[in-house]
Amino acid sequence: MAPALLEVTDLHAEFRNRDGGAPLSAVDGVSFDLHQGETLGVVGESGSGKTTIAHSIIRMLPPGGRIAGGSIRFDGVELTTLPARDMRRLRGAEVAMILQDPMASLDPMFTIFDQVAEPARYHRGLRGRALVGEVADLLRQVRIPSPKQRMRDYPHQMSGGQRQRVVGAAALAGRPKLIIADEPTTSLDVTVQRQYLDLLKTLQRETGVALIFITHDLGIVAKVCDRVAVMYAGRMVEQRPVERLFHDPRHPYTQALLRAMPKLGSAEPLFAIPGQAPNLAALPRGCSFQSRCPQAGAPCLAERPPTVALGLRQEVQCHFAEGAPS
Amino acid sequence: MTTPVLEVSGLKKHFPVRARLPGGARGVVRAVDDVAFSIGPGETLGVIGESGCGKTTMSRVVLAAIPPTSGSIRCDGEEIVGAGRRTLAAYRRKVQVVFQDPFSSLSPRMRVEEIIAEPILAHRRLGKAERRRRVAELLALVGLDPAAARRYPHEFSGGQRQRIAIARALSTDARLIVLDEPVSALDASIRAHVINLLRDLQARLGVAYLFIGHDLAVVANISHEIAVMYLGKIVEIGGRDALVETPLHPYTKALFAAALPSLPGEQREEVAPDGEVPSALDPPSGCHFHPRCPFAMPRCAEIAPVLAEHVPGHRVACHLYS
Amino acid sequence: MADAVAVDNPPRRRLLPRLTSLPWIPLVFLSLLIVGAVFAPLIAPHRPLDPVAVTAAQCKAAYGQAFDGCYIKDDPPFFIAGSIAKTLLGTDYLGRDIFSRLLYGARISLFVSLVGTTFAGVLGTALGLIAGYMGPIWQQIIMRLTDAWLTLPPLIFAILLSTIRGPGIGNIVIILAVVFWCGYTRLVYAEVLSLRQRDFVLLAEINGVSRFRIMRRHLLPNVLNTVVVYFTLIVGVAIIIESILSFLGVGVPPPEPSWGLMIAQERDGLLEGKWWLVAWPGLAIMILVLSANMLGDWLRVRLDPHFQGP
Repeated sequence: MAPALLEVTDLHAEFRNRDGGAPLSAVDGVSFDLHQGETLGVVGESGSGKTTIAHSIIRMLPPGGRIAGGSIRFDGVELTTLPARDMRRLRGAEVAMILQDPMASLDPMFTIFDQVAEPARYHRGLRGRALVGEVADLLRQVRIPSPKQRMRDYPHQMSGGQRQRVVGAAALAGRPKLIIADEPTTSLDVTVQRQYLDLLKTLQRETGVALIFITHDLGIVAKVCDRVAVMYAGRMVEQRPVERLFHDPRHPYTQALLRAMPKLGSAEPLFAIPGQAPNLAALPRGCSFQSRCPQAGAPCLAERPPTVALGLRQEVQCHFAEGAPS
Repeated sequence: MTTPVLEVSGLKKHFPVRARLPGGARGVVRAVDDVAFSIGPGETLGVIGESGCGKTTMSRVVLAAIPPTSGSIRCDGEEIVGAGRRTLAAYRRKVQVVFQDPFSSLSPRMRVEEIIAEPILAHRRLGKAERRRRVAELLALVGLDPAAARRYPHEFSGGQRQRIAIARALSTDARLIVLDEPVSALDASIRAHVINLLRDLQARLGVAYLFIGHDLAVVANISHEIAVMYLGKIVEIGGRDALVETPLHPYTKALFAAALPSLPGEQREEVAPDGEVPSALDPPSGCHFHPRCPFAMPRCAEIAPVLAEHVPGHRVACHLYS
Repeated sequence: MADAVAVDNPPRRRLLPRLTSLPWIPLVFLSLLIVGAVFAPLIAPHRPLDPVAVTAAQCKAAYGQAFDGCYIKDDPPFFIAGSIAKTLLGTDYLGRDIFSRLLYGARISLFVSLVGTTFAGVLGTALGLIAGYMGPIWQQIIMRLTDAWLTLPPLIFAILLSTIRGPGIGNIVIILAVVFWCGYTRLVYAEVLSLRQRDFVLLAEINGVSRFRIMRRHLLPNVLNTVVVYFTLIVGVAIIIESILSFLGVGVPPPEPSWGLMIAQERDGLLEGKWWLVAWPGLAIMILVLSANMLGDWLRVRLDPHFQGP
């Protein structure tokens, strides 16, 4: 089996506590890997740490955050200790990121051409006609009609869906091996979202790029992902292929999330996960999900749940993973 | 037949657009273009649509925050458009709102008690003891500890803040609450709590809802009737079960097609439309949806279809059915 | 009912931060200054307006012979050779103890700058609220006035006003208010413009809440953060303006011990190498302004809701 493109091992990331006191642990010992051409969905709610993982990989944590431990190996290179200059070369060229709000990702003062061309110019050294041709190709790839004309437009002259595609084109311009998409469809209309997700899948097939898709929506995961990692309070509680996750979820949180998904056409009261969202500043000993778990038992209060392997690249963190206390 | 809590007919809201430069485009944005519906006591009308469909403008007009260009709004039979101050004040008590963003809908420097009591205080004086009692009562209704009254909004999570907003909306014994995407900004596991709460409150208090949303499954879960809007018009409106089982309008079908699957590999047969919602400033002629409609006929570009009853209780505006 | 359980809230964000993250340096200095100012009558070893009492022996040591009404002029601080009266920081050209004058001068500087800046703040904030919320007419009137006023250079304007009104502590307070209100107005106006788009204001309007109450309960508390930070920064400027006015003779009238006045009166002493005459009041001004600015900076970061977290 080919070596993984991205190998994250026991990653810890924390944030300085604004009021003094112990730092908040946002990512608490996360491990996963990703192969070329694969789409990994990282699912979780706010505060679960999914975005922090993304920021850690490209080493752009917001002020107050830092990687406190663990290893991130990308294409054989250890990223956590890479000098800043090399990291900058990596960003855009090897690893690209797509953010949630296209208006924030695009500079309103520059044309579409400028913004899509930038990575190609900076990382691949393209100039002149070759550059223009490349930008036109990229825009065509993201299904923007009349690319030669549209590349002279400014972001405000385009619709939300088109802008998000432009962001995708810019992400591809550096020919990255990995693209991290952080909730890219949250601000899009429903019909536009569908088109955009279809587009992402097509692009992946065409370019072979690996994709990490961060979302809180299991429906998106069902549509585009090959594998899924479920995050809760900074820990990766379950990691399965997408089929297995939906048909045979092993972690109680995953099971609850799936039950809570509203099914179209049903008028029954929705399943509501009892309890409160976890408070990162005051996590309990043992399993973080204990206060909301229908199966919680004595070991859950005392010890952090072990990572149980369910098969090749399939894991769950639970004391009751096999159906009996471990 | 009981008087509907809210009856809207011929409602229009047009915004004139001034030319920026001499010779520049002048026009009218028909944000709400001849909308009609009615909501019975204790019922929920769900409104679905994408950006630019006019649902937000419509909610502001219904709330009497902006005046309509023309049309009628009747509350319990009484006409609101053009009504005097007293009628409007009474209307404001009967119709309340819950907004989408829980982080900006509560005044950050006011205690929860004051936030919840404000709508009542805007209309009459309330003794301190009475106010405290009423606020405690409302907090209990929405499932929050009465001690929350003395706290500030930032001490609460998003879901809890929406509950506070709901408590505020209930404070004046409202007959109708406009819910503008009330759960869109909440995490998936919290959404269910709030939706279930709304359902409970409706059963208990008999309050009606105008539920605006973009997530089909959520809207369908709580609504008795559903209206689909596109560029200022209602293109289909009918009972929840009828609409979900047999959507008629191509745009409704498109929305269903675009809905995310609940299982991997699930395929939807409906065809997804091309392109995006056109600009409201220059909508397509005839039926606004015709450029994106897989079933478009020549007639669709010329004549705008009228909302007509196809099956009793299920109306659609589409030439396929006339 | 969905879940009528007791609320398990996220822990309240502490109003005061833990001790380690407070800005100690400015707080210590400011506290010392305030304590010194408030308790000046108790702390000051001598009276600020009278020369330090000297013994016959000291007088003889200074001038060769003892005589009545003798005072030691320009005496160095006790730790410098040649000091006769052995005062903490030295004496000035009239033999008055500099340390005592500094303490009493702190009263004046703090009073003038705090009160003047507060007046400016109250006036400016009120105008900013009205301009931002009460409609286009008020907006135009107030903001045009503010823009025009802002073009006046504060120092020159202050000097001009002081020549009209004459010296005196009360006048300086009025002058400071008149010079600085417009900065607040512009700041508050900008905040109000963005605040009034927020949902909670919209909701109050939908509920028919009176405009006055909206300004008082919804807008004002939310602009206070910005106002307070601006206040701490302006206090520093106000002290400097007061010092300059006193230095130029149009501020606090002698013999009151304003720090600026103390520097003015001892200019010549500096040329003779008697640095203490000017250094202490100069240092005092610098420390006060620096501390106010550092505190303001810390407050700005602390109160900023955009601080990023996980």
